[in-house]
Amino acid sequence: MSGHRRLAAGLAVLLVLLTGCAGRDSGGGRTLTVLAAASLTEAFRDIGAKFSAEHPGVRVRFNFQGSTLLAEQIRQGRSADVYASADTRTMAKVVRAQAAAGQPRTFATNRLTIAVPAGNPAGIASLADLARPGPAVVVCAPQVPCGAATQDVERITGVRLSPVSEESNVKAVLNKVIAGEADAGLVYVTDARAAGEQVRAIDFPASKRAVHSYPAVVLKGADHPELAAEFARFLQGTQAREILGKYGFGTP
Amino acid sequence: MQPADRSAPRTQRRRGAPVERSRTGVPAPLWMPAAMALALLVLPVLGLLTRIELSRLPELVTAPAALDALELSLRTSLAATVLSLLLGAPLAVVLARSRLRGLRVLRAAVLLPLVLPPVVGGLALLYLLGRTGPLGRLLEDAFGVTVPYTSAAVVLAQTFVAMPFLVVGLEGALRTSGARYERVAATLGAGPWLTFRRVTVPLLVPALGSSLVLTFARALGEFGATITFAGSLRGTTRTLPLAIYTTAQSDVDAAVAMSLLLVVIALLVIALVGPKAVEGRGD
Repeated sequence: MSGHRRLAAGLAVLLVLLTGCAGRDSGGGRTLTVLAAASLTEAFRDIGAKFSAEHPGVRVRFNFQGSTLLAEQIRQGRSADVYASADTRTMAKVVRAQAAAGQPRTFATNRLTIAVPAGNPAGIASLADLARPGPAVVVCAPQVPCGAATQDVERITGVRLSPVSEESNVKAVLNKVIAGEADAGLVYVTDARAAGEQVRAIDFPASKRAVHSYPAVVLKGADHPELAAEFARFLQGTQAREILGKYGFGTP
Repeated sequence: MQPADRSAPRTQRRRGAPVERSRTGVPAPLWMPAAMALALLVLPVLGLLTRIELSRLPELVTAPAALDALELSLRTSLAATVLSLLLGAPLAVVLARSRLRGLRVLRAAVLLPLVLPPVVGGLALLYLLGRTGPLGRLLEDAFGVTVPYTSAAVVLAQTFVAMPFLVVGLEGALRTSGARYERVAATLGAGPWLTFRRVTVPLLVPALGSSLVLTFARALGEFGATITFAGSLRGTTRTLPLAIYTTAQSDVDAAVAMSLLLVVIALLVIALVGPKAVEGRGD
């Protein structure tokens, strides 16, 4: 009998928790939802703080994921105010799905670099070293922007990589390098910088010929269209540029 | 069921075998949540079916990347199931029959992979067997063997998450059947090894089917531990679940088609082996 009562009490608690989770936090102010590429994480947190400081009562809520995953969620009807992608190809998908309100505008650029563990155990010095047999090289899968950028680099330089693993996002590549599980990885300049002392970045000239841009766009069905447009404009402004530059992004 | 129940005279029902009643009479309040449970399990899969691009399906399902992933998945899951059987069945016997101290702790340790998120399992494997892990470095220095990024790493990850199903299933069967047959065998003069082969193993057989199916199914669906520990490379470590994840980043139709492959295999496994094994155990 007491067992039943306990079960009922447990179910009741569960129900309360569930309904509690379903309820949105309503702080009175407006909340801007921004879906952004994972590589923008650190820079956008700072930009969001600046934007909130300039717009009292406005909270910027970010969701950082792989650009392609976010693009697919948008195509499936996920509603948000702004989408910032790590390349134009992924943005084009959102535009083609008629989910964008207006034209995407590029606000930053990025390029690849070679990241090696702090001690550089495999003695990597150039891109050609990655094609040697021996070093365990990890790159992004061609399906995601950083992998597309990797393919661009391979095409431009003629260097054929044979990676031991193709990860689904750039942070996974970086983590393998940090953990010492890979001798080298191709990551964005910004990711290598964010990792600080944990990795060493080895620049290669061809990366400057494979620069790719980060476009942002206001989404159709945005909860706060004007505010979203303002955020998109803010990304083009000097304050945002400064923050992006600090994290290693280039200017368009 | 219910009309028949109501028409039966009360006295007769009271006198009727209790087993009979408990099997036929489902209390009315249970129907609704039961239906919801079924809906929750089945509707998402049907939702997946609605996303299928029929015109592209044959081409997508037979795409080389999909077939490579399918082949790798079947090979590694089978290997993981065999490994689980070879190692897990003896462990089940030890857990069920030995009088080791601290058996409870061991039993909890076996359950750990069931409770841990697979990604954590993958990290744990990586920190042990990775190139910088204590055991991994030893293997690399002594034998020149690197575990991560190989199909063997996939099998290890799958075994890590799937073997507990086998151990728990077999141990449960052994414990419910009790040790009396073995004791009788011993009194008749059979040694432990003979008893094991002629008494314990036959006792395990009914539970073996369902346990193996569960183990294989879990290995087939393994994702988190594999992608964390083994990496993702076509033909070597990119099993069907990993291929679905990677493909979904750019081509959702292709990812859905691959998911369909996985669903079909799962249904085949359940249809061919599942019910029979489960029934055998129930009776």
